[in-house]
Amino acid sequence: MRSVFTASLLLALSALATTALADTTLLNVSYDPTRELYRDFNAAFAAKWKQDTGETLKINQSHGGSGKQSRSVIDGLEADVVTLALAYDIDALAEHGGLVPKDWQKRLPQNSAPYTSTIVFLVRKGNPKAIKDWDDLARPGIGVITPNPKTSGGARWNYLAAWGYAARKYGGDAGAKDFVAKVYRNVLVLDTGARGATTTFVERGQGDVLLAWENEALLALGESGGKGVEIVAPSVSILAEPPVSVVDKVVDKRGTRKVAEAYLKYLYSPEGQEIAAKHGYRPRDAGVAAKYASRFPQLSMFSVDDAFGGWQKAQAAHFADGGTFDQIYTPGR
Amino acid sequence: MSLRRRRHALPGFGLTLGISLAYLGLIVLIPLAALALKSATIGPLAFWTAVTSPRALSAYRVTFGCAAIAGLINLVLGPLLAWVLVRYRFPGRKLIDALVDLPFALPTAVAGITLTALYASNGWLGRWIEAAGWKVAYTPTGITVALTFVSLPFLVRSVQPVLEQLEPDIEEAAATLGAGRLTTLVKVILPMLWPAILTGFALAFARAVGEYGSVIFIAGNLPMMSEIAPLLIVAKLDAYDYAGATAIAVVLLLASFVALFLINVLQLWTVRRRSAEARR
Repeated sequence: MRSVFTASLLLALSALATTALADTTLLNVSYDPTRELYRDFNAAFAAKWKQDTGETLKINQSHGGSGKQSRSVIDGLEADVVTLALAYDIDALAEHGGLVPKDWQKRLPQNSAPYTSTIVFLVRKGNPKAIKDWDDLARPGIGVITPNPKTSGGARWNYLAAWGYAARKYGGDAGAKDFVAKVYRNVLVLDTGARGATTTFVERGQGDVLLAWENEALLALGESGGKGVEIVAPSVSILAEPPVSVVDKVVDKRGTRKVAEAYLKYLYSPEGQEIAAKHGYRPRDAGVAAKYASRFPQLSMFSVDDAFGGWQKAQAAHFADGGTFDQIYTPGR
Repeated sequence: MSLRRRRHALPGFGLTLGISLAYLGLIVLIPLAALALKSATIGPLAFWTAVTSPRALSAYRVTFGCAAIAGLINLVLGPLLAWVLVRYRFPGRKLIDALVDLPFALPTAVAGITLTALYASNGWLGRWIEAAGWKVAYTPTGITVALTFVSLPFLVRSVQPVLEQLEPDIEEAAATLGAGRLTTLVKVILPMLWPAILTGFALAFARAVGEYGSVIFIAGNLPMMSEIAPLLIVAKLDAYDYAGATAIAVVLLLASFVALFLINVLQLWTVRRRSAEARR
């Protein structure tokens, strides 16, 4: 099923590539909820590139769960750039096959994350269950929807956000584990990806609260319109930094390094930042941030580096086999 | 006349067997060997830990349990459907006949999304079922529904041709010899259908064990409750644990193989017994 999918994807992409044979092509392999963002951004960058160099640029995009996308690149999908949900998945490119150097994250400003996001709650209109903060998710009788951290990058941010909140409030990791276990006992459906979880909550009407990327929540709000959901920002959440990188092995082979680097730099420009903000990602640029301040509620945020000592450690402690996520689901613990 | 001299449509036993074996090797055996090799890279102890973790054991229970129940449901209703299609003539019969194959043709993800939309608590069927105090979507019941859907054609299509060969005369003969309907069914018809039903069941079961696309949307995927083994494989792959993923895959493969093998043996045994009875 999966390999058939990959094969047909490759076929579709190669078909796209042949139609634009004479032009330069770029493939951006990204994670699940960035479809709309990169559709707009690609059009803007292609126009600018044409203006600057006269070259017609065709940018293809591929989306899916962050871990799965990273694995496709490791297995040979020729991505010029990757724009994934978490640094761990780009670290994997360095670790398996040396597609990027180990210090890839130092090459671009701000940990190579041109935009940030956070984790917020999406609740039913009027907030009938009065869900205000993380503690409410652990209350008996609340139905929680979040994707599976084993298969979804976004879900890992959700999990760590809950953990980080509880570790501060309930005295360290032991308290946090109890709290997170309570929250996950309330989980009704663990979808495999962030977009699937949004569908389960909004379209299928499951649960009282969805843990979601802020950009995904804003999108669901915009799309559902009258469907009756609203955003609740918790008191504390996690600073999600979805990173980007050029895939060195691919761009050097295809001779696309220059355009690929320009593509990523453009994400940091005021125009790129504006597009990100429009799609619900928090811009890094102070001027653009000020302009969109009303869209993004002020909340206190902690980073993975501060609270968990980086993604490698967080992954090993929480999401590896036998990590805390497995432990809270193992009976007789 | 000896076997050797008989003329076949395809010439050359050696050539056709050679091509068959090479093809089978390329398409089936080499990928399977690669799978086994990959899973062997972690060593026997890590392999054992990976395939016997509580999460994995629970996932096998869900996968094999739901696949078996789905197979059993189709074991009863599939042949019935085949019977209706073969024995009766009614308007729309050809259409129903074609509908049976739809689960084969439909992309499994589409099937999964459709079933979920239907059986979720706000869906057409789900709201009535929920009102009656039941829950289908996001429970093992939902998994069984999806697996029943994808495995239905196997039972119908394996029984149908055998039924078509089965002349109604036999039933009439049984009736003239004084057999009631039940006796005719149990003593005359079922024994002849049994091998085909068993084959269909084995194929349906094996297919359901490996099913991912249609199940994943309706399952709820809660560990220890509604998590299927193929999801565990995907989860391990997403953690870059290729060897652990193939270890679980090897277990699924062995289980399916054993099921198919046992059913083949059982089938052979029924055929032999029947021909022995016929000689008596």
